Amino acid sequence: MSTETAATTGIKTKGVEGEYLTFVLGAEEYGIEILKVQEIRGYDAVTQIANTPAFIKGVVNLRGKIVPIVDLRIKFNLGKVEYNEFTVVIILNLHGRVVGIVVDGVSDVIALKDEQIRDVPSLVTSIDTKYIVGLATLDQRMLILVDIEQLMSSQEMALVDAVAA
Amino acid sequence: MTIDMSQFYEIFFDEAEELLAEAERLLLGIDIENPDNEELNAIFRAAHSIKGGAATFGFMDMTEITHVLENLLDKIRKHEMALTAEHVDAFLAAKDVLKMELDGHRLATDVDQEQVSDVKMVLKSLSEAQGTPVAAAPLEEVKPVHEAVSTAAPVALSSTAEVAQHEIPEGTSCFNIVLPEVKEKDIENLQEELGLLGIVAVSKQADGRSVFTLTTDSSQADIISICSFIVDPDDLVISLASASVPRAVTAENVPETASVATPPAGASKTQTEKIVQEEVGYGLFEEEGKEKVEEGYGFFAPFQPHPDALKAELIGDDTALTEANSGVKSATNTVTQVEAEAAPPAAGAPGGVERRSPGRRESDKAAASAETSSIRVGVEKVDQMINLVGELVITQAMIEQRISMLDPVHNEALINSVTQLTRNTRDLQEAVMSIRMMPMDFVFSRFPRMVRDLAGKLGKKVEFVTVGAATELDKGLIERIVDPLTHLVRNSVDHGIEMPENRKRAGKSETGTLTLSAAHKGGSIVIEVTDDGGGLNRDKILAKAHSNGLAVSESMSDNEVFNLIFAPGFSTAEVVTDVSGRGVGMDVVKRNISAMGGVVEIRSALGFGTTISISLPLTLAILDGMSVSLGESIYVIPLNLIVETLQPREEDIKTVTGEGRMVHVRGEYLPIIALHALFNHATDITDPTQGVLVLLEAEGKKSALFVDRLVGQQQVVIKSLETNFKKIPGVSGATIMGDGSVALILDVTALIQMGQSANYLTGAPAFSNQHHPQLQNQSNA
Repeated sequence: MSTETAATTGIKTKGVEGEYLTFVLGAEEYGIEILKVQEIRGYDAVTQIANTPAFIKGVVNLRGKIVPIVDLRIKFNLGKVEYNEFTVVIILNLHGRVVGIVVDGVSDVIALKDEQIRDVPSLVTSIDTKYIVGLATLDQRMLILVDIEQLMSSQEMALVDAVAA
Repeated sequence: MTIDMSQFYEIFFDEAEELLAEAERLLLGIDIENPDNEELNAIFRAAHSIKGGAATFGFMDMTEITHVLENLLDKIRKHEMALTAEHVDAFLAAKDVLKMELDGHRLATDVDQEQVSDVKMVLKSLSEAQGTPVAAAPLEEVKPVHEAVSTAAPVALSSTAEVAQHEIPEGTSCFNIVLPEVKEKDIENLQEELGLLGIVAVSKQADGRSVFTLTTDSSQADIISICSFIVDPDDLVISLASASVPRAVTAENVPETASVATPPAGASKTQTEKIVQEEVGYGLFEEEGKEKVEEGYGFFAPFQPHPDALKAELIGDDTALTEANSGVKSATNTVTQVEAEAAPPAAGAPGGVERRSPGRRESDKAAASAETSSIRVGVEKVDQMINLVGELVITQAMIEQRISMLDPVHNEALINSVTQLTRNTRDLQEAVMSIRMMPMDFVFSRFPRMVRDLAGKLGKKVEFVTVGAATELDKGLIERIVDPLTHLVRNSVDHGIEMPENRKRAGKSETGTLTLSAAHKGGSIVIEVTDDGGGLNRDKILAKAHSNGLAVSESMSDNEVFNLIFAPGFSTAEVVTDVSGRGVGMDVVKRNISAMGGVVEIRSALGFGTTISISLPLTLAILDGMSVSLGESIYVIPLNLIVETLQPREEDIKTVTGEGRMVHVRGEYLPIIALHALFNHATDITDPTQGVLVLLEAEGKKSALFVDRLVGQQQVVIKSLETNFKKIPGVSGATIMGDGSVALILDVTALIQMGQSANYLTGAPAFSNQHHPQLQNQSNA
């Protein structure tokens, strides 16, 4: 993981080209590396877990595995939080750990070249800019590229006991 | 071309470890007075295999030790030297050093070079020492063979001798070499030459040709090249009598036995032949087979020239088998069956070795033969399979549930198919679960050595017996039971079994017996450590408990008193030895076993001994649980921690300072832990009289857990939350219910602690993310 960190925090636009899955949170569009995505499924009955932050919706049974579900809309205060038949869960596989994220909708898979990706200016947001790899422009839309692995294993997501080394 | 050897290291390490363990087991079981040839050979083989492997991989330190070891063993197994207790000790020490070196290579642990050179010196001096003339008994075993060749020795005796002489080590083959007519002197020379390859016996055929029976690990080509010095290889008839089935040899050697006795005395010759004929008459093999016997190829032969021994009768080599017809085949089947039966009587026959040694285990033979037909598979693969089958079972349950809603008349075929599927799935699950099961032998096998060393150190005489070593237990539990058992066995040897003189005074035999047993009882496995020692002294324990400040009274039952020894810091041993007696341990034993979901029980009678009985669930992966509901959620409580459930009456609920609710149950006041408050869980039922109180007991503490209602009792498959998530306070895991939803399994011990420490009644979330308070603020921002 440390090598990836180096790649993402160094010259920002180096080594981030590749295929991205884009999804919508409120009015914003985000992109995550496609290789981290295991599958996409609908939102199912979730078993709540006591005394966890509100954005951790609980756990589901994913073919025998117990998988935690995080609602990024709650985490980032984006969009209207409602659960219906269109609510989508992206199941991520991050170094063998399986985690689901709830988003407003999945849009596309796109290939991005280095030259399409711009640096992130320093901003104050509820997501630390260190988890943002870069910004891409696509038909006048801005795409926020997130290092989902770093984000999900970060302490603020409260998904892991200790920050994975 | 170079091959990366390191990829094979792991295999060598595994094998070497097994071989060392096997060698140790054999060494401990060996009867020094009358060592069993087969066992000596087996030990030799182990040393030899390790040497070969170590040399291949360039572990020269291991090669050196095994080389010296091998030399010494070779002398002993060839009866050039008698086996002494000194030897066994030296071998065991060598085994330890080898293990240390092995670990050194494998885990990069320290190797005590001093110890290594010590052992090497001891082994060298032993092997250089003038070989003590072999004791009378083994000599007797050897002699009859030669006698049998020249004189008409009683047939039964020579056959016994053959058996003793020719136990074939595993991995070797037995060749029958039929020589052309050559001079007597050449035969002697040849016999000597072949003797270098392995064990050789000579016999005469009816037509005057000599037959060598050679047991060796060399190939046929080697034999031919040696023989070619003396005879024309083309005139040789070499046949493979059998390969690497140690037991088979007892039957195989028989052709010579029959023919050995034949030539010298004419009368006995005809008699023997007659017996052979008679045996043929039993119809176990047909005319073709009989001809072969007469031709002297030695393919088929009666087992023993006693008519009543006819059960066991023939063995064929591969070629013969293919030629042979069904009659022979069925006979061969008989042989395989009978081999096992036939062997012990042979060993016990006149001149044979009466085998009796401490530490011998009932399942020795069974275990040895089971090993050869196993494969090595990574645990992850097995676990993955178990998980997949678990999913299949859940899916199957879901289908079943859906099916039950259908109209049974219109969907009869479908319903029948699903019933079939249910059965198959259940069988599959059982079969897969059994893969993880390992025999208790895995644990038991490490104790003979420990008991032997401990007993030696303490000057006690202990016979170690194991029962039910084949009982199977989940691998996870096997690994975790080792430590507690080690402790109990140590305790029994140290405190349980008395010194020989004390035992004598008490009218018992000087040698104490320590029994380790395992057996299935219902859904659990019961492991018992039994000694016939002094037993627990009730008065002593009470006095000690009193002085330790424990609340005790004379009126306590024996069981309660005995359970005091599980209290931390409790030891009634008068002297603290370096083995035990410090009082640390029994509490750890109890805690470890409780952690596995097991129960410890003590039975003891003063003067007659003690039995400590551990009962464990068969597997860690399945839990007997009570599901309870809270709002819309279902939680599972381990059944073994539930004392009772009750619906309290208004007047049983008491409070302290208006808060801290308690329930009055049969004279006890138990704190009420409201799960909905502890978990911040919305529910309509907040009054205990409307819900259900589940009385829990864990680690000696009792509490009443207040939930909405009981749902049902069922076995659940435990899934870890931590695989993809993290540890949640008050939750020990999760499980998947029949409808596919997830239910959390409550961690009772933690809940009781939380209930006691948390002031959850004030409405503040008791355990809301203690670890990340600042992060919660962030997420709320």
